[in-house]
Amino acid sequence: MTSVLYDAPGPKAIIRSRVISVIGAVVIIGGLVWLILALGAPKVSANGAVQPGLWDASRWDVFSDVQVWRTLGQGAVNTLRMAAVAAAFALVLGIVFSFARASDSKWVRVPATIVLEFVRGMPVLLMMLFILLVFSTGSFWAGVAALAVYNGAIIGEALRAGIASLPRGQREAGLSIGLTPISTRFRIEFPQAFRQMLPIIIAQLVVLLKDTSLAFVVGYEELLRSGVSNLTNFFGSRYAFSFFFVVLAIYLTMNLLLSWAARIIARRTGAKAGGVTITPDEDSDLDGAPGLVGAGGPTPGQGR
Amino acid sequence: MDAVIENLPTFLEGFRNTLALLGIAGVGALLLGLIVAGLRISPVGSFRGFATVYTEIVRNTPLTLVLFFCAVLLPYLNFQPGYFALAAIGLTVYTSPFIAEALRSGVNGVHVGQAEAARSIGLTFGQTLSFIVMPQAVRMVIPPLINVLIALTKNTSVAGAFFVLELFGSARKVTNIRGDEVLAILLAVGVFYLLITVSLGLIAARVEKKVAVLR
Repeated sequence: MTSVLYDAPGPKAIIRSRVISVIGAVVIIGGLVWLILALGAPKVSANGAVQPGLWDASRWDVFSDVQVWRTLGQGAVNTLRMAAVAAAFALVLGIVFSFARASDSKWVRVPATIVLEFVRGMPVLLMMLFILLVFSTGSFWAGVAALAVYNGAIIGEALRAGIASLPRGQREAGLSIGLTPISTRFRIEFPQAFRQMLPIIIAQLVVLLKDTSLAFVVGYEELLRSGVSNLTNFFGSRYAFSFFFVVLAIYLTMNLLLSWAARIIARRTGAKAGGVTITPDEDSDLDGAPGLVGAGGPTPGQGR
Repeated sequence: MDAVIENLPTFLEGFRNTLALLGIAGVGALLLGLIVAGLRISPVGSFRGFATVYTEIVRNTPLTLVLFFCAVLLPYLNFQPGYFALAAIGLTVYTSPFIAEALRSGVNGVHVGQAEAARSIGLTFGQTLSFIVMPQAVRMVIPPLINVLIALTKNTSVAGAFFVLELFGSARKVTNIRGDEVLAILLAVGVFYLLITVSLGLIAARVEKKVAVLR
């Protein structure tokens, strides 16, 4: 596999690259080993008491307790439940937003634009707190509503960009065979836009899944709260780090699986994006529709 | 409304802290992201592998967990520069893979002929990247980069849950005192956030027009 950015390595360059590779790997692995050892070293606190290191068995024996796993499982289920409900609402809202934003009537389009801009500029956390305090919903619905509105706005923008990127002929053809503007949008334009934007939408759903952890701030019993806060309160702060690592592992597993699914779908639907690129990267199709980057539309996974 | 006016100093302090977090973490993430993007496309295999793994892991970790690591685990390692600096470090690390990915997609967007031309006149990898490809790539990804910074602005609110008194933290503090005017307080804080995000959006539009590459 060669890249346009550098020559195919000759014998000298291969050796040099190997040497740098080995040195780099040693430095990186050395850093990781240092971190692991530093975390594992017993710690002497100010009053002279010695705490066992983080990898000490006494910090991990709690995981033989079934109740711990049951609580973690419950937390994971709660997280997934919030993500699923919020994702469903976000998709519906996204479709509504995209139609309102692309509407022919000024009276629909302008307010929709203002609302969308407002929502996109707000932190999800603030929205959760707002909904919780002002509408006094439970913490579950506060989280769901905030996530649905925020991600719905982003999905709506993605769908609108998808509709805008279709050839004009699609809409004209729909109108010319006698479909109403609304049914043209629904039956001709929307299915194509949705398929084209599917990778971006799924990337946004990964963001949504990650963001459910924000609901811990408003007191919802999701993975972070039940796994790290509640279990630590119950079993003692000795286990805080162990719980943290296990929760991190669970989150990574869930998110990586979803990202991986997103990549497969992107590969399957985004075949048209296979232009020549500078880096010969395996997953360059994650970047999806190339026009988006230049057009300043929503890019996949921009953090939140 | 008077709850907002009474507590204006608290809000302003929070606003200042939010801006400071945004500035520090933004610059830090740009630098770190540039390095990661460079590693990601470098000729050396282990660097590419490391950058890929780093990007995947950090991107799939919730920000709350990253900040938890910074605010709780790092002090355990006797690294205690205070919660503000720890939050800035966490936000920097969390944002860097998004910057790196944006830059990489920009590099992919540069026409192949540019890199070929650079190499054919004898420029090395480093020169090709820094003189030819990156200047074009950065211009192309200004809008997504500013989107990342807008996301970072909103993400600073999570630091409010980890003992930093920024805008969200000040909102929580004031709503605890004045439970009767929750609506006004939260709207005021929202306006502060919009002040940052909307102006960043305007800057993005301006810069995009100015530096856009004609292709």
